[in-house]
Amino acid sequence: MFRNNYDNDSVTFSPQGRIFQVEYAAEAVKQGSVVVGITSKTHVVLVAVKRNAEELSSYQKKLFPIDEHVGIAIAGLTSDARVLSNFMKQQSLGHRLTYGRSMPVRSLVEMIGSKAQTNTQHYGKRPYGVGLLVAGVDESGPHLFEFQPSGMTEEMVAFAIGARSQMARTYLEKNLDKFASCGREELIAHGLKALKESLVQDKELTVENTSVAVAGAKSKDGGAKAEPFKVYDGQEVNAWIESVADEKEAAAGGESGEGMDVDA
Amino acid sequence: MDHRPQAWGRPRDDVYGAYDHSYLQQSGPKTATQSPVVTGTSVVAIKFKEGVVIAADNLASYGSLARFTDVKRLRTFLGTSVVGFGGDVSDMQWLDRHLKELAIDEAYDQEPTAESAEAAAKEGLNAANLYKYLQKLMYKRRNDFDPLWNQILIAGLDEDDKPFLASVDLRGTSFTSPSLATGFGAMLAQPIMRLHAATEEDAAKLTREQAVEVVKECMKVLYYRDARSLDRYSIAVVTKEGIDLKEDEQLEKQSWAFAERIKGYGTQTV
Repeated sequence: MFRNNYDNDSVTFSPQGRIFQVEYAAEAVKQGSVVVGITSKTHVVLVAVKRNAEELSSYQKKLFPIDEHVGIAIAGLTSDARVLSNFMKQQSLGHRLTYGRSMPVRSLVEMIGSKAQTNTQHYGKRPYGVGLLVAGVDESGPHLFEFQPSGMTEEMVAFAIGARSQMARTYLEKNLDKFASCGREELIAHGLKALKESLVQDKELTVENTSVAVAGAKSKDGGAKAEPFKVYDGQEVNAWIESVADEKEAAAGGESGEGMDVDA
Repeated sequence: MDHRPQAWGRPRDDVYGAYDHSYLQQSGPKTATQSPVVTGTSVVAIKFKEGVVIAADNLASYGSLARFTDVKRLRTFLGTSVVGFGGDVSDMQWLDRHLKELAIDEAYDQEPTAESAEAAAKEGLNAANLYKYLQKLMYKRRNDFDPLWNQILIAGLDEDDKPFLASVDLRGTSFTSPSLATGFGAMLAQPIMRLHAATEEDAAKLTREQAVEVVKECMKVLYYRDARSLDRYSIAVVTKEGIDLKEDEQLEKQSWAFAERIKGYGTQTV
């Protein structure tokens, strides 16, 4: 029944030097549906597949705006993400009020990093069962950070977390060199293509299950204004889905258009 | 005779009868700074085309006594902004330490990839951010009934690299203007600066040399007419290129000829 005696709390090391509760929390992230984030020199993009618990229910949101300039993508326990999201909203609003500027994304991510880490060092607490991709733009340009339940945070050029996210990461690694110079639309297309890699057989990106979010940095010469973080859902993502569907599925003879999306 | 400390300095009971303690409360309300002690006088500043000139003399007065003559009342922040302090000097020193701490925290947050110091400065808190922060800080202390007894000028650049100049006082009152002066300077220097830069448009036409000249003229007038001022002063010019701070300048081209014509003070009988 029990794997071992060292996984009852998050303060006890196993003799091998592992903390099982933290590792289990990392497993919870892998249960969540996949989310992908990519940065270029000018933009940062988040894309996600939403899941519905049953045919009659709505789809669980995956992308959340935090402030004008930042947003998150979640994989894992949505309710835990809510706590982190509320905290991030409070911190970035507080920063805006006291300094009159957007909170640097790195500072914000480090704050949830420390918050999550303390949960792994106090008896009676548990780690957050959620992983985040934090995307935002600040004075130093666009940023993408990965956040893990262990409290580890890391800046990424492109990354994917969630179920079968390894497939998406393989795609990202293969195309890594292209991202930096990508425009807004190209970057979204890359995101959706990476997302597709991680889909299970027979499942497709639809307007119901796909979310896209974008933020753009202001240009260094002051020409272009910053594009605020915005989440796109439903019909708004239709054109993007079609733009990446053309290449493979159009060749297959438009079979994909047939019938309703059946829960896989 | 009663030698206990609580009787020290009090009228002797055996001579004057029992002392009335009723008006001396054992525990009163907490009292914070009720008035400044060692003070700095005016700070003056004016915007010009590419930046801001700010100046303050090097005197810290103890009442009307010219107590310290080498006090630097202009402080730099992150190498991009200058803060000029009027009012209580110990509160200035507290604020200076506080801002140094803020600058260190800010430096920790800096991108490890920021190549040049210039790029790093762009990402840090600019003068407008600092102004907002000091405004919140001063207003908070006022609401705690423990004000920082200063009037502060913040000079630097805003997020678009435009000249930025603002004022915050001990009550948290805050505003910006093409030219600003604290203390006596608000009466004596402000009108002179307004002759040269009444509006933002006028200030944008001033050259660096003109602005420096106006500020030096103001410092001179202040030394003539403000009895808590000094002829040694600090002056800083903030531009995109950085801060040019001189901390031991001497007032030049003084002429006290006008002083002879002043009547009505001192021992003259005419």
